[in-house]
Formats: sequence, C-alpha cells, structure tokens
Amino acid sequence: MTNQQQSLEDLHHIKTMMERSSRFISLSGLSGISAGICALIGAWLSYPYVHGEKNIIIDEYVALAQAASESYTIILNTWLFWIALGTLTAALVSAFLFTYFRSRKQGLPMWSNTSRRLLLSVLVPVFAGGLFLFRLAQFGTFGLLAPGCLIFYGLGLISAGRYTLGEIRYLGFVQLFLGITAIWCSGYGLYFWAFGFGIMHIVYGIYMWMKYERNEKLVSAN
Amino acid sequence: MTNFIQNLNKLFDSRVRLGIMSTLLVNEHINFNELKELLNITDGNLASHLKALEENDMIKIKKGFIGRKTNTTYSLTKNGEKLFKAHIDALEKMIKFTR
Repeated sequence: MTNQQQSLEDLHHIKTMMERSSRFISLSGLSGISAGICALIGAWLSYPYVHGEKNIIIDEYVALAQAASESYTIILNTWLFWIALGTLTAALVSAFLFTYFRSRKQGLPMWSNTSRRLLLSVLVPVFAGGLFLFRLAQFGTFGLLAPGCLIFYGLGLISAGRYTLGEIRYLGFVQLFLGITAIWCSGYGLYFWAFGFGIMHIVYGIYMWMKYERNEKLVSAN
Repeated sequence: MTNFIQNLNKLFDSRVRLGIMSTLLVNEHINFNELKELLNITDGNLASHLKALEENDMIKIKKGFIGRKTNTTYSLTKNGEKLFKAHIDALEKMIKFTR
C-alpha cells in the first residue's frame, strides 16, 4: 500500500471514530414503539374530551372564561391536562426503560457525554415549547396545542440528530411537517397528533429496531 | 516535505491508537467500556494500547466509581492533543503533496 492510500485510510478511520464516539448509539427502537403506543392510548382517552360528548375543552364559554381569568387552576382541573401528563410520563418511562436495557446489553453507560448532549439538544426546544403551549392553553387557544406539540418536538428531534443515530432527524422533519400542516386544519389537531406521536413513532421504532437491533446479539457474539 | 513527515508520529501507527486518540479529541473524557465498545476489541488489547499512550504522555487516566463498580476514564493530555493534531495535519499534507 502506498503512503497516500495509508494516509487516506487513516484519516477516514479518524473521522469515523470521531463521529461514532460523539453520538449516543444505545437509543432503542423499542423505545419509539412503546412511546408511540402510549401516545395512541392517550389520544384515544382524550378523544371524548376533544370531539365527543364530554366536549368541555372546545366549549367557547369555558375558553373565554379561561382567557379572562388567566388562572392556572382551571387548566389543572381539566381531565385533558391529566391525560396529557399521564401519557407523557408513561411514554418517557417506557422509552427510558428500553434504552436502559439496550445500553446494559451493549455494556455502555446510560449516563455518558453523548446521552447528556442528546438529552439537552431535545429538551431545550421541547421545554421552551412546552411553556409556550401552556400559556396558549391558558388563553384558550386549544386549537394550536396539537400542532404546537408536533412542531416543537420535531425541532427537538432535528437537533438531536447530531447526537444519536442520524435517522431521528427524518422523524423530526415528519413531525415538523405534520405540525405545520395541522395549523391550517383546525378541528383535526388530535388526528395529526395521534398520527405523529403514535403511528410515526411506531414506524420509526420498527425501522430502527430492524436496522440496528435485530442482529445485535450476533454482532457481540463474534 | 521533510518538515511535515517528521510530524507523522510512529506512536499513532496502530489503528487502535488512532481510534483512541480521535475519540478523545471530540470527547473530554471517556471510560474503558465505551472505548472497548467503540473500537470493538478485547480488554487486554485495549489496555495495552492505553498503557503505551499513557507512558508516552498522550493520555491521562482518572479512576473513579459508578456505584460500586470502578469507572476508569481517559482524557487527552495537552501534549497528546498537540501531537495528534500535528499528526492529522501531516496525514492531510501527505495526501496533497503526493497527488
């Protein structure tokens, strides 16, 4: 091998190692699937409050009263808020567990440089978005909640793409696209939300599991 | 040509050592298991390369605990960072000049 070829290969190796070591590679596809299932259950539970006979959220008098009072307690008293909180908690816990199991199997620490950076990159847009949406809900602008969730979550995933397996960016773009489309489809927010957080998470999770985890045992046995 | 060839460090001739150094260049510190997983090599192999790099003042070792398990982390020394960057530069020049 010539010196030039050797140098090229060395540089390529250096680049690969830098990239691999700066990404959190234990994120499990099963986490995506479980979060998606939680989202679908959450959407199903909240359906009657949004579209059905328990329709108290879209009720204009309630909305106006909330806008006028600006009180936190009114939002805390709605079932929808607690369903949303329960869904988020269940999704986070189940997603955490599957990724934890995978990191154990890979012999990698769950709490590492890469996972910290990953978490921070998702949390910054999601946390800011969450506060913004809470305030929107206080003013009674419920129609923008579902698109808002999709948009801010999508932005979080896009920024996460640099710190984990890159495919998550595509999921981010899909969520962003769904969120923006949903802005102009008033009345269908919950369907967009269920499709983005439910179906798309499951699709992404299955894809990632098939691509990276199905054969993982074979890799470590070699 | 000679002035950059002397920057090509014999110590970085091995793939494993290149891997360790590149990983540490983009991560402030990293532990033994993370390195082992990234490089996909055995404990003994990794340990011997780490030892060689440490003895040449390229990396430094810090021993700690996660719970009851020992957690040994590695990071670049100032010297190691300087020499490895020079090594990368030399590799790049090698490609340009021989083209």
